[in-house]
Amino acid sequence: MKIKLKVWRQKGPNAKGEFKTYNVDHASPDMSFLEMIDVLNGELIRKGEEAIAFDHDCREGICGMCSLYINGHPHGPLQTTTCQLHMRTFKDGETITVEPWRAQAFPVIKDLVVDRSAFDRIQQAGGYVNVNTGGVPDANEIPIPKKIADEAFDAATCIGCGACVAACKNASAMLFVSAKISQFALLPQGQVERKERAEKMVAQMDAEGFGSCTNTYACEAECPKGIKVANIARMNREYLGAMLTSYEVGSGGGGE
Amino acid sequence: MRSIFDSHQNLLLNMKWLIDLFSSSLGRKVVMALTGLFIILFLTVHLIGNLQLLKDDGGEAFNVYAYFMTHNPLIKTISYVNYAFFVFHIVWAIMLTRKNRSARGAEGYAITNTSTIWSARNMGILGTVILVFLVIHMRQFWGEMHFGTVPFKTYGAQEVKDLYTICADAFKNWWYVALYSISMVAIAFHLWHGFASAFQTLGINHSKYNPVINFVGKVFSIVVPALFALIPIVMFTL
Repeated sequence: MKIKLKVWRQKGPNAKGEFKTYNVDHASPDMSFLEMIDVLNGELIRKGEEAIAFDHDCREGICGMCSLYINGHPHGPLQTTTCQLHMRTFKDGETITVEPWRAQAFPVIKDLVVDRSAFDRIQQAGGYVNVNTGGVPDANEIPIPKKIADEAFDAATCIGCGACVAACKNASAMLFVSAKISQFALLPQGQVERKERAEKMVAQMDAEGFGSCTNTYACEAECPKGIKVANIARMNREYLGAMLTSYEVGSGGGGE
Repeated sequence: MRSIFDSHQNLLLNMKWLIDLFSSSLGRKVVMALTGLFIILFLTVHLIGNLQLLKDDGGEAFNVYAYFMTHNPLIKTISYVNYAFFVFHIVWAIMLTRKNRSARGAEGYAITNTSTIWSARNMGILGTVILVFLVIHMRQFWGEMHFGTVPFKTYGAQEVKDLYTICADAFKNWWYVALYSISMVAIAFHLWHGFASAFQTLGINHSKYNPVINFVGKVFSIVVPALFALIPIVMFTL
């Protein structure tokens, strides 16, 4: 199949970017979107042009590295990661527009690659549990209802790709942060740092310059892992509860 | 021994969390939700009062009600809270919108496809339309009632301002009735998203209550503005 690709090219973080159009004449419908760009890049390199820079890693839909904004959707028209998107989704002869994630907190590094280390800093602020030394506790000693375990697991499937931020008109990271807060808040192992975690992760999210949620739920519609906005409501509860009752008096809030 | 100054400093330090809370992205949303829900309550009471305009008694019920609403100390106190909540709702909306715009970054998307509902994406525009209406509306009725020269009417031993005639006159202007009705449509769309959204922001998202919240929200956002708009339309045609 033949594809016309309109791609955002930008030499560096401070360079001015622009769209460039490329023709891909020998794309197979069975190729993934990334493999199609690999083929195009091969041609570009043979012609002595610079290859299109894009993020990718596992290509199995689990690492959260791929991050292309395709035809007005993060990860393209299907609710999946870009690596799991196949060319059969598109029509022969179609023009496909590919852009990087757009957000103040996700600056473009080059072409379609954006810096998502803001997510790492939010995780480091509180997205962990402390595990003390000592004997290994018996796995079945801590009772967890199946439904709660499932809910926590669903939240934990977030791969941190940033599609929620890319889709949100406010570039809000609340679906990501709420998933990370939820996966621990629901489980007994996450109780020790529960309040501190909510306070610190929200504060870091605000410090990174992400926007506020307006409950349009564009994030839920685009998330390749189907993370639910019920997590955002849980984060709101966790944060409000923590701010009103935690013992951290001097700090721990958000603000700029 | 600690001086009074020290303890005041401690008080300020102790209140830092509260400032942090209401300046955080989540806290600001909570301000929007709580003030929004209060305004929804206000709209309900306001509508019940307004519906008395349609009572066929030459405006007696409405005028007596208007007197009560402007003279009862408890109602007056609540009304000042209401004004303050309106101001908070507007100011916090502006702050949030500015933050959200800057969060999106300088470079926009060439193509955006979205499955989200129109009113959810345009709360700011809808809010601005409502604000313009609010200014005209307040000047026309609230301003007249409080600072204007309104003729008096006597019902039994009670002498009250005849706000009914002010309303009846205003609703004889077709353009005012049109503006009023269009503004009610804006309020309907604003509520269509705002009602349920406020609950989500306050963390109330639960499979047992979501259907009720969504249903009541949708019914409220249609019925209440429709009844509000019905009053000037009926009085115009009378």
